[in-house]
Amino acid sequence: MENYIWLIPLLPFIGFVINGLGRHVLPKSLISILGPGVVFVSFVLSVMVFFAVPSGPDAAPQIFHFFDLFNFETIQIPFAFQIDALTSLFMLIITGVGFLIHVYAVGYMNEDEGFGKFFSFFNLFIFSMLILVMGSNFLMMYIGWEGVGLCSYLLIGFWYHNWDFTIAARKAFIMNRIGDIGFLIAMFWIYKEFGTLEYREVFSMLTTANVAEGALIGITLLLFLAATGKSAQIPLFTWLPDAMAGPTPVSALIHAATMVTAGIFMLTRCNELFDMVPFTKGIVAWIGIITALITATIAMRQDDIKKVLAYSTVSQLGLMFAAIGMGAYVAAVFHVLTHAFFKALLFMGSGSVIHAMGGEQNMNKMGGLRKLMPKTNITMLIACLAIAGIPPLSGFFSKDEMLLNMFIGSKAVWIIGFIVSVLTAFYMFRWYFMTFHGELRNKEVHPHESPSSMTMPMMILAVLSLFGGFIGIPAVFAANGHKLNNFLSGVTGVHEGEHAVSASVEIMLMVALLVFVVGAIILTYKMYNGKTDGEASGIIKLFKNKWYVDEIYQSAVITPTENLGTFLRKYVEKAGIAQIVFGVGSLSVFLSKQTKSIQTGHIGTYVLLMVLGIVAGIGFFFFGIL
Amino acid sequence: MIPISYYLFLSLTLFAIGMAGVIIRRNIVIMLMCIELMLNSVNLLLVAFSKMHYAKNPGTEAGIDGQMLVLFIMVVAAAEVAVGLSIMIMFYRKTYKTDVQFLNRLKH
Amino acid sequence: MSTAEILFFILAALTVLSGLLTVASKNPIHSILYLIITFFSISGHYVLLNAQFLAIINIIVYAGAIMVLFLFVVMIMNLNKEDRSFGKTFVITAASLISAVFLLLTVRIFMQSDVESNQLLTAEGDIGLTEKLGTVLYSDYVIPFELASILFMSSMIGAVMLSRKTKKEKKAEA
Repeated sequence: MENYIWLIPLLPFIGFVINGLGRHVLPKSLISILGPGVVFVSFVLSVMVFFAVPSGPDAAPQIFHFFDLFNFETIQIPFAFQIDALTSLFMLIITGVGFLIHVYAVGYMNEDEGFGKFFSFFNLFIFSMLILVMGSNFLMMYIGWEGVGLCSYLLIGFWYHNWDFTIAARKAFIMNRIGDIGFLIAMFWIYKEFGTLEYREVFSMLTTANVAEGALIGITLLLFLAATGKSAQIPLFTWLPDAMAGPTPVSALIHAATMVTAGIFMLTRCNELFDMVPFTKGIVAWIGIITALITATIAMRQDDIKKVLAYSTVSQLGLMFAAIGMGAYVAAVFHVLTHAFFKALLFMGSGSVIHAMGGEQNMNKMGGLRKLMPKTNITMLIACLAIAGIPPLSGFFSKDEMLLNMFIGSKAVWIIGFIVSVLTAFYMFRWYFMTFHGELRNKEVHPHESPSSMTMPMMILAVLSLFGGFIGIPAVFAANGHKLNNFLSGVTGVHEGEHAVSASVEIMLMVALLVFVVGAIILTYKMYNGKTDGEASGIIKLFKNKWYVDEIYQSAVITPTENLGTFLRKYVEKAGIAQIVFGVGSLSVFLSKQTKSIQTGHIGTYVLLMVLGIVAGIGFFFFGIL
Repeated sequence: MIPISYYLFLSLTLFAIGMAGVIIRRNIVIMLMCIELMLNSVNLLLVAFSKMHYAKNPGTEAGIDGQMLVLFIMVVAAAEVAVGLSIMIMFYRKTYKTDVQFLNRLKH
Repeated sequence: MSTAEILFFILAALTVLSGLLTVASKNPIHSILYLIITFFSISGHYVLLNAQFLAIINIIVYAGAIMVLFLFVVMIMNLNKEDRSFGKTFVITAASLISAVFLLLTVRIFMQSDVESNQLLTAEGDIGLTEKLGTVLYSDYVIPFELASILFMSSMIGAVMLSRKTKKEKKAEA
């Protein structure tokens, strides 16, 4: 495997360089082959890695060392890859779904003049994300972490002539950065406690090294802070809806399938660390589930076609974090996989709709697209069924496994998770019915189906959403059917092999959820088939206005900081520091003016000074004066 | 029978007077004369030292080098005065002044 | 107090006084005359030290030739009276101060060394006599002697060259 493992991140990087340098000179056809092409080759290599990687409970990770980032006496940090089952799974998601979205973007961005630039950033993103998942120590993950944050900023603010989009990009980057501080401090702390940043060494030392409980709690809380920044949980989640300002392929790739799952990846990678601190796991679970609930309620009343999906992403991520909080790492990763399928598909579909409607994004002005865009319609229906959790689509398996683990862990978390799942079905089908059913409300546009470069990836993802769940069949249905659990057990430990509840309870939970979900779908059919929302009032208004979180942040955090900055600039900078800096300059000018007056040109003065020098020299030489 | 410190003091006094004169006076001729005064004070001191050496080794020719040096200093002083005065005359012809203040081209 | 010492003090007082007057007098011709007196008194010191040759040479060369040269130049330049031939007051005070400091320093230096206790011989020894000096000059110091003659020649040529009238001045006069 070491022959080609380094090609996997290198090829997208080369794509970034070539597309970036040649964005004005290379023809569009070449870029549209090169951009997705490198990702496709990386995908093929990832498939080879997937078959070659050791899996099962006793699998040991393979380390590939390339060079050293730091190699000093006191600190050595290598640039090395750690390939195990978890890594290879994420590599498949990144390169596979990434490739499909690249192909989609060829069609979507076809008329955009920043075509080459777009693909260079896209390739850079794939590169960074691969580094993130393939690294063997925390510093490598951090490099990838920062890289994807940067690419997120570049891509959200892609249409930079629009000032609002730039603000959204900046907001995303700054909120990411706040999380990154947590990551940095956690890294320093880990190094201080364990003396190394390598995953294997840190985790093997967990039981042997006498690390204080408080230190572990601190480290894990800081790592979770970083995860909330990257995966948009409370308190750092408001950037994700604003990030919809970027082009739709960006939303599909970054904010549905890959970057936002980096938090889940990190927590799963550090599962041994988190298993030692139940306190942090509790916090993770509660923050996750509360985020899921709040954003699900907000999604119920959004009118922008992409914002609904954005809040849905945050909500689903919240469910994943809640599952991790219960110790169900495999369930969370399973949901990452299925969520990547159907959420990317949903974003692609919304992009297709936006493209057809000429840039319109408000669902109130849509409707009746069912007959006009048949391929989009059918794929969207599949995706909505998947996300709602209708069997036998993929979402059903992953979501039910998460809920089951929540039920085992904490009933309070489970009940909220149950409500969130029902709400998910509600808002997703509201989304579907408002857009595709009824009559077209906006009579001026004439929407048509999208080109095949956009619909082909959608159909592939639809197939995956249909059948992708079968890798994780729970034990109630088929013994040893949970292939994913077996695959990942080398990394996550054999957590979910045993079930603390009996098979009948499990089946009852599934049936209960299914009943409520179907009921929600019927309800939305009645409410939104051809109709739109009425006036919002009361608590509905709270949902519609996003619980006023943005406004709270603005008044509590942003405005005081800006005021502080203004104050410092006016008083400290102008009066204090600038005076000192200019003062140094004028002081030297003053001194030089005084010194200049020695040069009178008068010989007598020079003789005087010479004699003065001689006398001083004698004094110094013989008497040590001065 | 006269201690050397007397001649030392005398010669140094003359030297200091000459030095002060060079700085104080602005007339070029007088400045040159003060330089001659300084040279002479050094001559005096040299002769005194030569006698001191002779007194330490009486009967030999110790100390004669001092007086030879004085002779040559006089030689050089004479040559220098000749050339210096001719330069002064050139200066006077240009500016019809003897004030050293007007030699201020060094300022630029 | 032996006669030598009395003579020394008188001559020393004369030397210093005339030196001060040289520097301090306004009229350049007076300065020259006082300088001549200084040279004479220094020659007196030489006689006291039995450096006869040098005493005569001092008078002939310095007081006789150099000072006369100065006198000629002063008379050519018609410097009878000078009003502003002294520097500013600040310069005078500074120069006096620096000279005083210099004097103190150098005297202190010499006091600290062990030269102080040496005595001199006066009017004894024949190293100052012409015959002795001549012998040494033409035997040990013959090369500097020849070089001195070359030096004289070059300064003579230089002086003549420097004080020639240039063509422009000749034209201006004509």
